[in-house]
Amino acid sequence: MVENRPLLNILTHAFLLLGFAIVALPVYVAVIASTHDIATLMSGPVPLWPGSHFIENYTQILTSASAANGLPNYSHMALNSLIMALVITVGKIAISILSAFAIVYFRFPFRVLAFWIIFVTLMLPVEVRIMPTYKIVADLGLLNSWAGLTIPLIASATATFLFRQFFMTIPDEILEAARVDGAGPMKFFRDILLPLSRTNIGALSVILFIYGWVQYLWPLLVTTDPGYYTLMMGMKRMVTVQDGVIQWNLVMAGAVLAMLPPILIVIFMQRLFIRGLTETEK
Amino acid sequence: MDTKKTTFNNRLLPYLLLAPQLFITLVFFIWPAAQAVKSSFEREDPFGLSTVFVGLLHYERLFDDPNYLDALSRTAVFAVSVTALSMLLGLAFAASVDRLVRSGKVYTTLLVWPYAVAPVVAGVLWWFLFNSSTGLMPFFLEKIGIHWDHDLNGTQAMILIIIAAAWKQVSYNFLFFLAGLQSVPQSLMEAAAIDGSGPVKRFWTISLPLLSPTTFFLFIINVNYTMFDTFPIVDATTVGGPAQATTTLVYKVYQDGYLGLNLGSSSAQSVLLMLIVMVLTFVQFRYVERRVQY
Repeated sequence: MVENRPLLNILTHAFLLLGFAIVALPVYVAVIASTHDIATLMSGPVPLWPGSHFIENYTQILTSASAANGLPNYSHMALNSLIMALVITVGKIAISILSAFAIVYFRFPFRVLAFWIIFVTLMLPVEVRIMPTYKIVADLGLLNSWAGLTIPLIASATATFLFRQFFMTIPDEILEAARVDGAGPMKFFRDILLPLSRTNIGALSVILFIYGWVQYLWPLLVTTDPGYYTLMMGMKRMVTVQDGVIQWNLVMAGAVLAMLPPILIVIFMQRLFIRGLTETEK
Repeated sequence: MDTKKTTFNNRLLPYLLLAPQLFITLVFFIWPAAQAVKSSFEREDPFGLSTVFVGLLHYERLFDDPNYLDALSRTAVFAVSVTALSMLLGLAFAASVDRLVRSGKVYTTLLVWPYAVAPVVAGVLWWFLFNSSTGLMPFFLEKIGIHWDHDLNGTQAMILIIIAAAWKQVSYNFLFFLAGLQSVPQSLMEAAAIDGSGPVKRFWTISLPLLSPTTFFLFIINVNYTMFDTFPIVDATTVGGPAQATTTLVYKVYQDGYLGLNLGSSSAQSVLLMLIVMVLTFVQFRYVERRVQY
């Protein structure tokens, strides 16, 4: 700070606290709503203080809740979300670090072409090629399968660029020394590059885990079997009741469960998260 | 595109290393995109038995279709509103946190977590908050004479998804603006202060101009985000309604293709969207400085 301005400092704190209050409002209301029963919620605006149905609502949703909508319980869907997020994280990092290694440490025909093919994925998000991608996954018999749910999402240009950029900063002398000592490419990769990339892998994992956890459109397209539903599918199914009342208390309990893991990761791994976000830049 | 000066000289290995990434990219990205381009020029009979080349017919129909033109202008309104709202708030938070020496970290933690909330959850949270029978907001809005019902009022439905989409994106903009502000040289600020300019003037005349690369970068990223990553918000709350009032371009591709099975039109829409992403990506990589440096 350049100079001391007590009044401005107070205003700054007031503004930030107000900002936080507004940002946190929907989450606060969701937590509150998840502790009331549906009768209380339907009888007027949401109360501002917690009710007494916390344990009841969460037990119901974690064990049996949504059976009425043909949904598996939330523990099952949470496990599916976790598997999907982990497979995507590990898969993206694995294939990207290998691609970056090939592009930086080898000279071979079509190297630049390979780089551009990977780059193109940035321009083709799932949202713009819904039908044809769905058709290919269907033709390959991958609908309602873990492979169909995860593999098409594993390609990653940003992760490849990040590793490429990082590898370019590693001094050439390290490679030369390794070669003098007789290390082959895979030994060099395993014993030198991989340990050096630890921080980058950590930072990317945080971002990619969140990316995998919040996936919505893709699971919506390729899974019709409730056994594969993730928490995000559960959200959608619970709020689309044909005729009847939306069970807001359970929906909000579900929302809280669906957002808790990634929020905790961001808060407790903040340093890695910010690093991952600002370095992948997308 | 450089390699290292010294490289390994295996012939086969680099292809093996690239194989998984290239395989997935070709099968699940490039092939479907090519299919979309192809079927945007064709018409398939209802049984899928034969296809005829129809040239630009699907494209011409789209641009004669008031529904599509509406979706186009609505998407523009949506993208600009979300971008403006979330960038302004992000900048205001970042400028405030940047002023505070000791408590800055605490506020950063308090403000970053919405990034981790899934778009579908963000949509449902705000939808509940504005729900006409149980929500908190309509209750207060009624007291100042505004009747809120986003199930009937298209403008209100649009405002709802703008708020939900912007809410999620504020933390992203906040972090990038904060990083930008923190790399503004302290010496500039001190010199300006000695010359007698106060914090507000310093912000407008020093920080803001130096933030312009960040601002431009964020503008592109935010437009991209609003156009493509907000699908879950629409799908889980308004479902494009009421009366198409919140049908964005991406949502229309989904409606016409996946739900309506109108392959030709959906493909033509996909191709147009691809062109938009290509322009955005091109601008991002061509004109945006990758790092904020002063």
